[in-house]
Amino acid sequence: MPITTVVFYLLATFTVVCALGVALSNNIMYSAFALMGTLLGVAGTFVVLGADFLGVVQLLVYVGGILVLTIFAVMLTHRIADVHVSNRAVARPLAVILVGGVFAWLVRAGTAASWVAKEATTPQPTTYGIGNAFLTDYVLPYEIASLVLLVALIGAVVVSRKEIGG
Amino acid sequence: MEGVTVTHFVVLSAILFSLGLFCVVTRRNALGILMGIELILNSANVNYVAFARYGQTGYDGQVFAIFVIMLAAAEAAIGLAIVLGIYQTFETIDVDATDRLRG
Repeated sequence: MPITTVVFYLLATFTVVCALGVALSNNIMYSAFALMGTLLGVAGTFVVLGADFLGVVQLLVYVGGILVLTIFAVMLTHRIADVHVSNRAVARPLAVILVGGVFAWLVRAGTAASWVAKEATTPQPTTYGIGNAFLTDYVLPYEIASLVLLVALIGAVVVSRKEIGG
Repeated sequence: MEGVTVTHFVVLSAILFSLGLFCVVTRRNALGILMGIELILNSANVNYVAFARYGQTGYDGQVFAIFVIMLAAAEAAIGLAIVLGIYQTFETIDVDATDRLRG
């Protein structure tokens, strides 16, 4: 068995187990840390797929940013001394049927289709190509993205600040 | 990369998507729902990168994945700010309890 196959299965197992933790854990804090495992697993999957830059971006933005923000929000919205930080879930049997149906349909569609798969080449460093793409073909979406981030930043501050005297 | 085909990644992505959907459907904690959305966005990214690798479409797939990550960051910032606002008004983030638009 080639080494990439072994690495893929290890990463996939790790990712799926952690995602199960996110979906099923009764403690929101455990869910948050399981989400970290999932994000790390997906970053590893990106590296297996030869997307080195994207793996690092995933680490920096997701694990270093979004996840820390999520854990902050968990701690701000629960009393820390409260041992049982509840993460209530409802209607699980119904959801299992619904999501199971969606999952079966997705897997059937994914395995039945004949994907155009060319011979995989040796992965090259992607930073140069992505930088070129951002400054040529994707320069307008790139600029709009920075605007979106600015608006989101200001919006988050406005929404979450305390109203003075209000 | 013999042995691992694009189908493997599609199935992995389908598993992540289903678990994220399950999380969104069953959770009553607003933060749990946001975590489910992160799972769904990640599954989409796995698909983008897998098809970019096996279809050899250049860097388009990876650029799209970066845009998805960027939008996820914006979504997380806004979503968590709204959750904090809900907590200040209702003293809870259980989405069943937040049934008023006027604070």
